[in-house]
Amino acid sequence: MLKIKGLKASINGKAILKGLNLEVKPGEVHAIMGPNGSGKSTLASVLAGKEEYEVTGGSVTFRGKDLLDLSPEARAGEGLFMAFQYPVEIPGVSNINFIKTAVNEVREYNKMPPLETKEFMKLLKDKQALVELDGKLANRSLNEGFSGGEKKRNEIFQMAMLNPVLGILDETDSGLDIDALRIVANGVNQLKNKNNAFVVITHYQRLLDYIVPDFVHVLYDGKIVKTGDKKLALELEKKGYDWITKELV
Amino acid sequence: MSDSEKAIKDATTGEYKYGFVTDVESDKAPKGLTEDTIRLISSKKNEPEWLLEFRLKAFKLWKEMPLPTWAHIHYPEINFQEIVYYSAPKPKKVLNSLDEVDPEVLKTFNKLGIPLEEQKLLSGVAVDIVMDSVSVKTTYKEKLMELGIIFGSFSDAVQHHPELVKKYLGSVVPMTDNYYAALNSAVFTDGSFCYIPKGVRCPMELSTYFRINEANTGQFERTLIVAEDSSYVSYLEGCTAPQRDENQLHAAVVELIALDNAEIKYSTVQNWYPGDSKGRGGIYNFVTKRGICAGVNSKISWTQVETGSAITWKYPSCILKGDNSVGEFYSVAVTNNFQQADTGTKMIHIGKNTKSTIISKGISAGKSNNSYRGLVKINKGAEKARNFSQCDSLLLGDKCGAHTYPYIECNNKSAKIEHEATTSKIGEDQLFYCNQRGIKTEKAISLIVNGFCKNVMDNLPMEFAVEAKKLLEISLEGSVG
Repeated sequence: MLKIKGLKASINGKAILKGLNLEVKPGEVHAIMGPNGSGKSTLASVLAGKEEYEVTGGSVTFRGKDLLDLSPEARAGEGLFMAFQYPVEIPGVSNINFIKTAVNEVREYNKMPPLETKEFMKLLKDKQALVELDGKLANRSLNEGFSGGEKKRNEIFQMAMLNPVLGILDETDSGLDIDALRIVANGVNQLKNKNNAFVVITHYQRLLDYIVPDFVHVLYDGKIVKTGDKKLALELEKKGYDWITKELV
Repeated sequence: MSDSEKAIKDATTGEYKYGFVTDVESDKAPKGLTEDTIRLISSKKNEPEWLLEFRLKAFKLWKEMPLPTWAHIHYPEINFQEIVYYSAPKPKKVLNSLDEVDPEVLKTFNKLGIPLEEQKLLSGVAVDIVMDSVSVKTTYKEKLMELGIIFGSFSDAVQHHPELVKKYLGSVVPMTDNYYAALNSAVFTDGSFCYIPKGVRCPMELSTYFRINEANTGQFERTLIVAEDSSYVSYLEGCTAPQRDENQLHAAVVELIALDNAEIKYSTVQNWYPGDSKGRGGIYNFVTKRGICAGVNSKISWTQVETGSAITWKYPSCILKGDNSVGEFYSVAVTNNFQQADTGTKMIHIGKNTKSTIISKGISAGKSNNSYRGLVKINKGAEKARNFSQCDSLLLGDKCGAHTYPYIECNNKSAKIEHEATTSKIGEDQLFYCNQRGIKTEKAISLIVNGFCKNVMDNLPMEFAVEAKKLLEISLEGSVG
């Protein structure tokens, strides 16, 4: 469903992605690992359509469409979701109002009528349970005063509500304690089916104890330099990234 | 241009939808302001001698007063001799029923979304309408009369309740108060008058719509609301004007008096023509609004949503004289294009245990400037006075300005005063976050702005809140990208 070919991107004139290739098929979970500054978050941002990044080469097709041609909201409409590393706060806008607006905007994009309140409330309850999100958070302002763990759980909750085709988790595990980590991973595992896919960007192997990837890629200096299965993640945990960079030389 | 800049631009170039002109014949005074103009207004309105004296005295004072220059606003000098001070839709005769109102005038109010008839009957709002200089029609008068409530045009009140008008006129805003109050005292033409007798809770919202129609006409209305002991009233005010290239002047005075245990809630949705995207035209809005909590345990609450006018200069204030009295000010001011707003409040604590709350939300877009100016004054005798102020500014784009001028004068050590202020910009990050969730930029801005204003909007009466929310969207239409 996602095909990235020779993707190059830069920010403020500085090249970050330098010819990245990746293919994701329905039903797969891909983990992307790599040292700081290798371009992991840039990849997520470019896929989601963040303006500051300039694509200087390559192509990305998503479900047969040229992804790079679509606005960020159209990408969301097509079923691409990104769980943010640093979710923003929007004072005065309740969590529930925000997600309702998002759900209905995505439905509108797909030429579906807005959800009836009753259906929406049912969906809300189900998905809150999925990520063990406190019902009280629904009426609080979006992410305002949420703890780090609550924010991340809220990202997974939103992902569950929007039910995307492709979910990109940008270092969702950073700053989570072990319980929150388990809950987040559990949410992802329950959402997983043969028609959707996940790209999990992470620093640490420990998330992959809970979300078992089909592929592990090592991103280094803007390119994927090594691909393996979940055993690669364990090896990285043990040896660090140095051996790979040495291998490259 | 980035997407968000474009959206800001789009949201700020929305068209003013009340810019039409009604083709109705009018009875006008010649341009300019002399004693003769004032005598003409007074005789047109068949006023008693004391009121003419009041006007002439104010005129004399006004001529001596310098133009105030302290506000953070810039505009070319106003030529007060180029303004028409009296204009009434013709034919001017006593109207007994709606059928007798000029159909063109009725059409105007329908376009404004103020159907005088069934809808208001259904929603149970009593409406007084002031077009240019005169009150056109008041609904529900009889029904209110049964409760002893007097609600109607100011001119009517002068004719039928002169003793009340004489007692309270100028008692809260004296003619010497400021330049525009003096001008208004000299030339005011109509407005609303409202009197709630002892112990009566007004069962419906009272509402006045002000409309400037004629070119080169100033609107100078006067509103006086008196709430007797243990009474309650909620009053709504709406304003619009046609789209014209010249600037028009609006200088109103509003006085509220709350006696023992009385409560007045005054809500305004101000949508005077703001001028076009190049800064041409628009209303100069110089308004003096003040209420006095004269009695013990009384309460006055101002809520305003200011989206219109080229210039807004307005500080709805409370004098908290009665012990335990409460003053509140909730404000949303939106400026776009070249609009300038200098608005805020004054809370004067005189009585013991008096309490005031100020929540001000300024939203600036385009090349506009938005200032909050507020005074909290605690007098010597105001034991245990309390004030809480919160002033937040939101910037859309990088060509607009937000300014906050809080003044505090405290003369009693037992007082507690809190002030909080924030300035924020709608961030690219917030917009991108919304976009990533499938929400279009325009909608995202409306979401963020409404969230920002939430605790003010919550204080508006329900039907007004809906209107205000829509107005916010229209005002910022095309302002974000």
